[in-house]
Amino acid sequence: MRTAFVTTLVDLARHDDRIVLLTGDLGFMALEPFRDAFPDRFVNMGVAEQNMIGVATGLADAGFVPFCYSIVPFAVFRPYEFIRDGPVLHGLPVRIVGMGGGFEYGTAGPTHYGLEDVGAMQLLQDMAVVAPADPAQAATAVAALGQWPGPAYLRLGKKDADVVPGLDGRFELGRVQEVRPGTDVVLFSMGGIGSSVVEAAALLEAEGISAAVVVVASVAPWPSEDILRLVSSFPKVVTVEAHVPNGGIGAAVARTIADHGARCRLLRLAVERPYRQRTGSEAFLTKMAGLSPVAVAERTRAFLCADATT
Amino acid sequence: MSEAAPAPAVSAPAVLGPSIRRIVLEQSKRAHVGHIGSALSIADLIGAAFTYLGPQDPSEADRDRFVLSKGHAALALYAVLALVGTLPEAALDTFCADDSLLAVHPDELLPGVDFSTGSLGQGLTYAVGCALAGVLQHSARRVVALVSDAECDEGAIWEAAMFGGHHRLHNLTVLVDHNHQQAFGYTADVLDSGAMADRWRAFGWEVHDVDGHDEAAVLATLAAPAEHRPRAIIAETTFGKGVSFMERQIKWHYLPMSDDQYEQAMTEIGALS
Repeated sequence: MRTAFVTTLVDLARHDDRIVLLTGDLGFMALEPFRDAFPDRFVNMGVAEQNMIGVATGLADAGFVPFCYSIVPFAVFRPYEFIRDGPVLHGLPVRIVGMGGGFEYGTAGPTHYGLEDVGAMQLLQDMAVVAPADPAQAATAVAALGQWPGPAYLRLGKKDADVVPGLDGRFELGRVQEVRPGTDVVLFSMGGIGSSVVEAAALLEAEGISAAVVVVASVAPWPSEDILRLVSSFPKVVTVEAHVPNGGIGAAVARTIADHGARCRLLRLAVERPYRQRTGSEAFLTKMAGLSPVAVAERTRAFLCADATT
Repeated sequence: MSEAAPAPAVSAPAVLGPSIRRIVLEQSKRAHVGHIGSALSIADLIGAAFTYLGPQDPSEADRDRFVLSKGHAALALYAVLALVGTLPEAALDTFCADDSLLAVHPDELLPGVDFSTGSLGQGLTYAVGCALAGVLQHSARRVVALVSDAECDEGAIWEAAMFGGHHRLHNLTVLVDHNHQQAFGYTADVLDSGAMADRWRAFGWEVHDVDGHDEAAVLATLAAPAEHRPRAIIAETTFGKGVSFMERQIKWHYLPMSDDQYEQAMTEIGALS
């Protein structure tokens, strides 16, 4: 998604001179196309994320649309209060770009995990929170945020290869994207884990279980109508996300079910206890968290079987 | 300790500090709230800043910006906004009232307040962004931020200072209210704020020392031609300035006044005769 993000931003910036790109000293071998195309509108803020958000607030107050780039923990958690008191409190169109959602920086160790960002950001008033599933969707999402008047958070993955079959670059704020039809169960997926969830659905299909897959990239605004329609159409619902259970789409789907009294059972697959554990690659950590395609398929099957016997 | 700048050669505009002090005392008494000492500390600084910037149209995008980074002294900001005509004087009576835009800390929803502050260390980062925007937009707008010395405990102040110095943001001035007090102690005992001028100088700023209660001197320093880099004006001030029983007293960071204290305070600043 990283290449798609930068390419799209360069395209947008050619027609929109309000766009500036700030980075907290990250983005080597990624942000250079923007820097080279718009040297005056690219600022390496240094390793100073609080100041980056504050400066973005001042720039947005003057009419700019600043994109603030770092990896998830440094984009979200170091300057969190600056985000709340700056762009949120002032209602300004600052875009915060967190690279490496989930375990993508796994081997970098736990300080670099991005597992609570979506929850933290969706607490903030009028903050659009977008977690695309693949590069083509990320490109559409970056463009779609052009018309969003308030602040926004983009949770991106750095990988450019993973593609979610059937997504075809679709994105709309406040909507979901159905990428695979099914009748027995629906799997909701948030972020870069989407291609794994489609893989899990294929494994289930081989066992005769028909699983629909729905990408939820627009976490805020929350696609209430789409979610309600889907949870009302399936007896069993599963959410999958590289995020802690609280604050992710599992919690949000549960809220929609409860708010509307929808009659379905929900299985929330998320990262339960990420810290004070051994570390490793994204694939290793995802497997340990029970979120590999095989694990998602197995846990979904168990969920369906357990429910059938009660 | 401080080196006062020369008084302006032309006839000086009326000083605002005494009227700001009067309003600070009146309104903090009426609302029965504290932060009085902090507001009295900056009365002359904020008066000079608004005289320097002149009247601003809050709806004009290319106006100058003022950021009260030490937001807890907002009553002094409301006072000066009323004195220069941006805020209707009657609005002062809504300070700390229900359904008001005048809280203890300032809210940008109030016309004349450029940024909501109150969390220390944030305001200067906004000001740096305003100054960078001015450079990018080739605007002549000026940016003034007012920070406190204890606020400089916050690391974000130095992130912003480093950026401003590196990018030589010549349109940016920071006034440092150097009253040597924190909320819960003296800076000398809590975190020493000594060598304040040297700190800013080390970050690449043009630095001036000034008597922070000599409004004309502060104004003259603000109005002097700037070098091609940001300026820090280290204003030596007295917490609670003008009210003998508040001066340099930690408790007046928080306490409201009794009736007797109010009368004495108003008498001492010359508002009651």
